[in-house]
Amino acid sequence: MSNRVAIIGVGLSKFGELWEQSIVDITLEAAMVAIFDSGVRGADIEAVCIGNMSAGRFTGQEHLGALAVDAGGLGGVPAYSVEAACASGGAAVRQAYMAIRSGEHDVMMVLGTEKMSDVNQTEAMNTISVASDWEWEGMFGATFPALYAFIARRHMKEYGTTEEQLSLPTVKNHANAAHNPYAQFQRPVPLKVVMGSGMLADPIRVLHSSPVTDGAAGLIMCSEEKAKEYTDTPVYIESSTQASDTLALHDRRDICTMDAVVKSSKEALEKAKVEIKDIDVFELHDSFTIGEITLTEDVGIAKKGEGGQTLSDGLTEIGGKFPVNTSGGLKARGHPIGATGVAQIVELALQLREQGGGRQVDGAERGLAVNIGGTGATSIVHILGR
Amino acid sequence: MAQHGVAQIWRRIRAIYNIEGNTCKTCDTYYFPPRPVCPTCRRKGVLEDHKFKGLGKIHTFAVVRQAPDDFKRQIPYVIAQVELDEGARVTAQIVNIDPEEVEIGMRVRACFRKITQAGTAGVIVYGYKFEPVLKVTGHSYP
Amino acid sequence: MVGIVGYGVYVPRYRIKTEEIAAVWGEDGPKLAKGLGVFEKSVPGPDEDVATISVEAARNAIKQGDIDPTDIGAVYVGSESHPYAVKPTGTIVAESIGCTHDITCADFEFACKAGTAAVQTCMGLVDSKMIKIGLAIGSDTAQGRPGDALEYSAAAGGAAFLIGKKKPVATIEETVSFTTDTPDFWRREGEDFPSHGARFTGEPAYFRHVGAGAKSLLKKTKTTVEDYDYFVFHMPNGKFPIAMGRQLGVPPEKLEDSLIVRQIGNTYSGSAMMGLARILDIADPDSKIFMVAYGSGAGSDAFSIKVEEEIESRRGEVPTMDDYIARKTYVSYAVYAKYRRKIVALG
Repeated sequence: MSNRVAIIGVGLSKFGELWEQSIVDITLEAAMVAIFDSGVRGADIEAVCIGNMSAGRFTGQEHLGALAVDAGGLGGVPAYSVEAACASGGAAVRQAYMAIRSGEHDVMMVLGTEKMSDVNQTEAMNTISVASDWEWEGMFGATFPALYAFIARRHMKEYGTTEEQLSLPTVKNHANAAHNPYAQFQRPVPLKVVMGSGMLADPIRVLHSSPVTDGAAGLIMCSEEKAKEYTDTPVYIESSTQASDTLALHDRRDICTMDAVVKSSKEALEKAKVEIKDIDVFELHDSFTIGEITLTEDVGIAKKGEGGQTLSDGLTEIGGKFPVNTSGGLKARGHPIGATGVAQIVELALQLREQGGGRQVDGAERGLAVNIGGTGATSIVHILGR
Repeated sequence: MAQHGVAQIWRRIRAIYNIEGNTCKTCDTYYFPPRPVCPTCRRKGVLEDHKFKGLGKIHTFAVVRQAPDDFKRQIPYVIAQVELDEGARVTAQIVNIDPEEVEIGMRVRACFRKITQAGTAGVIVYGYKFEPVLKVTGHSYP
Repeated sequence: MVGIVGYGVYVPRYRIKTEEIAAVWGEDGPKLAKGLGVFEKSVPGPDEDVATISVEAARNAIKQGDIDPTDIGAVYVGSESHPYAVKPTGTIVAESIGCTHDITCADFEFACKAGTAAVQTCMGLVDSKMIKIGLAIGSDTAQGRPGDALEYSAAAGGAAFLIGKKKPVATIEETVSFTTDTPDFWRREGEDFPSHGARFTGEPAYFRHVGAGAKSLLKKTKTTVEDYDYFVFHMPNGKFPIAMGRQLGVPPEKLEDSLIVRQIGNTYSGSAMMGLARILDIADPDSKIFMVAYGSGAGSDAFSIKVEEEIESRRGEVPTMDDYIARKTYVSYAVYAKYRRKIVALG
């Protein structure tokens, strides 16, 4: 039994407001692309695991595992969905990682999907709010942007983070997404426009927030031994870790630090036997720009409180020492909730396979993804190598 | 089955009307909302009901300008984390103040307001919000 | 003797000026305000209703009276704008002020005198020793149809009175009522706004009933206007109580202090009770207060009240009527329309 699990195929659907496509259409699209990319046949797939947060509320459909194998004609293989709010995709990757490492399955398909545009704004906001502590936060009027505004305002107060720094991830991530043909927004956006965009929940503006996105992502994963049968360019999951924190943001030790991220990323680096400086490319969960700032600190790229300055210094741009969100991140690639954690792994795999096109990080050998659920109650970290 | 939300609200009425949480006698920590288990002491924890005084200060806040339909009439409204004097933090709206006057560290006291409702025909949820302490609230400025 | 063992009031923070409403309808604001004797009125916030106002007033009353809420045996809330047509406001109040579950509770409705009817009920229960303390609340978030004369006065506020025997801040020496079937003002089931008989609400309704109640109380107590230091009449506007006082021969200075209607409008079930609270805030011990509440439909409840020594030790901790009157933020008619559910599209 090997320690590493290989990723031999990756696929994405289009990301955006996909009015003509249903949740089945986009999920199948990502699955097919991943299967063709990997070279496996449908019959080789032993199990399917789907990351999804809330198809039941967004589309009225649950039981996505059976739905996917049925739609894809994969026959009678076991299939199930996993839910960890915005970290559902990462959780699906990790489930497959553990199933393959345990020896139970050799070849698995991992999917992440969310169809968000079929409901109105109120339903979308209420559905996203159940990722926080609905009974004690959402019901009292704390929208999701408001919860991140809590973090942002405290970060500004404690560390002097500026409104400009709060806007820089958007500028950077849009610039990156301009080179990503799958991204929802493939165009740069000037700082002035970000800083002048409408307020959602002061100090969080519309362009500090990830959009409502339909999209799906897929991976074909298998054991290290098996990988060689299918491809000459496998990438490997070198470590997979997960940690939890209080569901409600108000119960955290310090709202500016996501302890679950600190713990899981530290463990991921230890398990992969690498240090932060050994990582060439990052996908950090920027559902709101303040999230990218605090995650930059919590994974160890920047010291606590210096995440904003790190952005100002250009350290996390492509070409910088620690490129973050080369895909465009959740902000510009889009954030179909259950798909995001899988799409992050797709991006790292493309980077390690040197298929990043205009956004390629030269010589990227190792990547790290942080996928968080809620306001940091779940953190799932994967380190990929080649 | 109960009408949507009714039982879910009803079983929390004591907590949300009067800020009733609990305290662990083993580690002397106060919890709101009440916890089923002390997360620090677990089986060694001894939980007792505790009615919070309803006084605290603003830890952080946001001014909500886009909200679901139930909150549209109140936009823009202030939502905050209030650090209660006993130690727990609670998420609640701040009322009786203009949004631009709210500050981190401001002293506030609990008041009683309508939180939300299940449409015009459904059950009304009442509970705590917070307002600045003033003479009118029965407090002097700190 | 039965008395008031604690009291408290609550007025929402928002106000709209009579002139602001008048401008919407092309009326002469200053003239209208002067004629009505209402210069501004209170407006409840979008998250305030009779339940929240009642709770705030009741919590103030408990603090002012320094009483143990588990001694309360009855909770009655009088209002014409209960948030539920069916489901009592009183249960919400009782649960949120720390009463036991072994209480009796009901909502009262008698237009603007539902609160004083609750006071009388509590007096009976206390006097018959069925309960130790009763909580009687008069509270409203009154609505006037847009453009109707009532829109200038219909306001929000409430007063809570704890009725008991132990260490009262004021004793209620006597109470009488006068009741007839007089349809001067009503709201049919399912209607958003009340209807009224316009000028019919004056002579055959307000003046007849308040006058009869007042005279009946004077007769029963064998007292005259001279025996009282303060007078409180229900305040549908600033004009009626003054005219009533004039009819009864009350010197204007004995009425003046109760006229809260000028700054906060007509708080319906809260109106006379809040006027009384204003007097209790300022009166010296041994002062005598003559109050007549009026409810359309129609009836009056008259009370003879004596202020006790105890009142002085309770002052200072709890916000007064004047504190609430002074705490205010003006809103435009547009914001008022948003808060008062007059924008239909918002539901």
